[in-house]
Amino acid sequence: MKPLLYVRAGSVAEAAAAHAGRPEARYLGGGTNLVDLMKLGVERPEVLIDITRLPLDQVEELPDGALRIGATVRNSDLAGHPLVRERYPVLSQALLSGASGQLRNVATTAGNLLQRTRCAYFQDVGKPCNKRVPGSGCGALDGVNRDHAVLGHSEHCVATHPSDLAVALAALDAVVEMAGPGGGRTVELTEFHRLPQDSPDQDTVINPGELITGVLLPPLPGGTVSRYRKARDRASFAFALASVAAAVQMRGGVVRHIGVAFGGLAHRPWRARRTEAALLGSAPTPEAVARAVDAELAAAVPLRDNAYKVSLARDLACEVLGSLTAPT
Amino acid sequence: MGATPSAPGAPVERREGRAKVTGAAKYATEYAPPGRVYAWPVPATVARGTVVSLDTSAALALPGVLAVLTPDSAPRLADADDPTLAVLQDSRVPHHGWPVALAVAETLETARAAAGAVRVRYASEPHDVTLTVDHPGAYHPEEVNGGHPGERRQGDPEGAFADAAVRVDVSYAVPPLHNHPMEPHGATALWRDGALTVFDSSQGGDTVRATLAKLFALPEERVSVVCEHVGGGFGSKGTPRPHVVLAALAARHTGRPVQLALPRRELTELVGHRAPTLHRVRLGARPDGILTSLIHEVTTHTSRVKEFVEQAAVPARVMYASGSSRTSHRAVALDVPTPSWMRAPGETPGMYALESAVDELACALGMDPIELRVANEPPAEPDSGRPFSSRHLVECLREGAARFGWAGRDPRPGVRRSGSWLIGTGVAAATYPVLVSPSRATVTAHPDGLYVVRINATDIGTGARTVLTQIAATALGVRVDSVRTEIGVTGLPRAPLAGGSAGTASWGWAVDEACRSLVRQLAERTGPLPPGGLTASTDTEGTADAESPYARHAFGAHFAEAAVDTVTGEVRVRRLLGVYAAGRILNARTARSQFIGGMVMGLGMALTEGGSVDPASGAFIGSDLAGYHVPAHADVPAIEAHWIDEEDSHLNPMGSKGIGEIGIVGTAAAIGNAVHHATGVRFRELPLTPDRVHL
Repeated sequence: MKPLLYVRAGSVAEAAAAHAGRPEARYLGGGTNLVDLMKLGVERPEVLIDITRLPLDQVEELPDGALRIGATVRNSDLAGHPLVRERYPVLSQALLSGASGQLRNVATTAGNLLQRTRCAYFQDVGKPCNKRVPGSGCGALDGVNRDHAVLGHSEHCVATHPSDLAVALAALDAVVEMAGPGGGRTVELTEFHRLPQDSPDQDTVINPGELITGVLLPPLPGGTVSRYRKARDRASFAFALASVAAAVQMRGGVVRHIGVAFGGLAHRPWRARRTEAALLGSAPTPEAVARAVDAELAAAVPLRDNAYKVSLARDLACEVLGSLTAPT
Repeated sequence: MGATPSAPGAPVERREGRAKVTGAAKYATEYAPPGRVYAWPVPATVARGTVVSLDTSAALALPGVLAVLTPDSAPRLADADDPTLAVLQDSRVPHHGWPVALAVAETLETARAAAGAVRVRYASEPHDVTLTVDHPGAYHPEEVNGGHPGERRQGDPEGAFADAAVRVDVSYAVPPLHNHPMEPHGATALWRDGALTVFDSSQGGDTVRATLAKLFALPEERVSVVCEHVGGGFGSKGTPRPHVVLAALAARHTGRPVQLALPRRELTELVGHRAPTLHRVRLGARPDGILTSLIHEVTTHTSRVKEFVEQAAVPARVMYASGSSRTSHRAVALDVPTPSWMRAPGETPGMYALESAVDELACALGMDPIELRVANEPPAEPDSGRPFSSRHLVECLREGAARFGWAGRDPRPGVRRSGSWLIGTGVAAATYPVLVSPSRATVTAHPDGLYVVRINATDIGTGARTVLTQIAATALGVRVDSVRTEIGVTGLPRAPLAGGSAGTASWGWAVDEACRSLVRQLAERTGPLPPGGLTASTDTEGTADAESPYARHAFGAHFAEAAVDTVTGEVRVRRLLGVYAAGRILNARTARSQFIGGMVMGLGMALTEGGSVDPASGAFIGSDLAGYHVPAHADVPAIEAHWIDEEDSHLNPMGSKGIGEIGIVGTAAAIGNAVHHATGVRFRELPLTPDRVHL
């Protein structure tokens, strides 16, 4: 049996020190994904560094109106935070559409961003998976791939990122704050998760030993409205088949600000820049919204079992954007 | 003697309820005999081939590992007429997930690590795991599950269909389904002085005992089986499954008590599943709705290990008068895990297809689907010509229609909106046969006023212990708290398994007889009872299993209201209502749970559940509870279960029919019919997930 060292870190510096020089170390947040993966033999860490006691469990408002969400803020607490509910309904809705009440009570903000794909081939050590064992192949490419990617995938990996939270954050121009051996740095959330290309074992741009300390949520222009909508196999406790997060500011019937992202379609939250560009500065009709959505989804390359995702995502986005841009 | 008899049907609370909610009730892998060690299987990662070599050195080098059993080292097993239990006997791999080795260690974690450290080399062979309706390997089995003939034909169904004024010719597909009881299959096994004791999670201890005695070449008296509490089975624990054989092998090999709990993910490939079924249903009718032809053809898979053919065309032999009919099965033996019983095998997928087709016929005729069913009520069982002992399907439909608010339903599909949802309602009939097996039982009257019933029944969560106590109290004319019922361990009077909705009927018959015999003996007595009490015994061999001149089935009607999201294709069921005619209901509380449990399982079948086989590896994909979606609370709507008072003197002394399975039978069809009514689109493949239903 493989021995496991458990360390409880009291500060970011302590956590980083415990990680240093140990490629098989893992930071432990809520553990809702990592512990599952350890049971499955997918993750085999030598050291678990418990970061849930770090002073990163607050949501604070900055002088410029931005919100800084601490890395260890629980999903339930974030979803219910008054400022989040008031200013970023899309974020609250995304969180509440994920997992179950019990899981949301322990899952953390940073852990949610770092969760691994739920691809069944990734989770089964008896199957080929380039994400788990580089070079072993992709079982899902020609396998059971109803749940897999239609955008941005490669022949090496067709997995999707399962987070709902990250999709909302992508639409909100959130920024990920990290601490690491070389000091702190920030990365835009839309650049934090990678596309698989030829190295799907790298989910994100985080470096070994780096620790997410928080997520910065910039203020939205006044009057911005936002929504999250997710399609799934059952009424709760299921990952998105497709989802859409959108935040829109309308002035005089014209789109003045727009952020749109898809979930369930790709290896990362899929920011729909083409859709945004087509709608920004326009007074959108339903037909224009549909064209704008199609402009983004034209790049989709469905696999054998998941062509439905393209039309599902299209209808979700048209409905959400239609409701947010409708004349009031 | 107590004065107040407890009324049959009273909603008596579960006798073991407190023990269960406080954790005091012990399940099979919660026993801890001294020296207990743990076993963890190594499942095959190929679908067909042989094991060329097994390198156990790394596993054995781990501290705390006692042994790694392989086909070379495992004790030999005798033949027990069930090849799925011949584990670790040879190097052949018949399907993905077949156990090729078994690690045994001092701790569970070490056993798991050791299993993971075993290096297996296979000579794999090309495999075939994909069922198609035109598979060249399809054959017509003589017999299907339940001992039914594979094919039955009456009249000229093809000719009558060709001549019919109104015709429906449709195909349906039901995917593989998994039982997934809450308690995974597990066992604790120990050998002492050449005798074997197992604590097993099973639906029938005497069945386990008989099989283990054969496998290990022991007289039955030297095998003891304890199944005191069982966390569900739904058929997957009906006969012994490989986990108990593996535990017993490991205990014999190591000389230590061995505990083995199958990981959830390995259940799907080791304990049976509901085989996928492909249906073609042809219904021909006159313009007034009278059926002239009924053809139900089923294609399904079985394994290469053992033949099991889901009898999905059999319920069509019971349901409707049709003049001419053909019901037939074809099976394809694939390199897949062996399918087995899952709640209402045959009836569940068969009635999904038949009752969906009847709804399609009603639409084609422009006729109300309830009236269509009523119009085709048979005067006797269509296939056998035997009179029904009782059949109150029409009453169930009428009662359900009244309770559900069916009257005035607008039959037009796709016209009711509520926001972005389309709303529809649907109905389907249900049937399940009355099965019963012989059983033994004793009852003892003690001088202190206590009555003790002894019978090796199994309470798999149904409330059997409670209902048997009620049956005894009723027959004895005493209060239920004067009766103690001992079940769940071999050595008690031999009893059949909890399956086929036959448990209560079979056990209750024996308990009732024993109690009535005791009452007679007590009436004849004059003096005080002896210190050890007075015991009456019974064995219903020859009576309970006597051939009945009647066709005996329970019937029911299912109603559903479904909402379909026009944006996403998500289906949400808003209401489910079932009305059952199942003889006398013996405990209103536990019966309601059984009916509702079946309906929730049918809801899962309709909306979310579906196993997928990975063509490349031959494995079931996504086979844990994160990947295999059973309904979550938010999926389960307002559910009502009702029953009508049905008197039937041709059943058993209690006048009861089984209720464990009929709740699932018509549910999926009722939901599917409601989805059609909502959308105007007929989806003929389950489950009704957005990839299929997205409009």
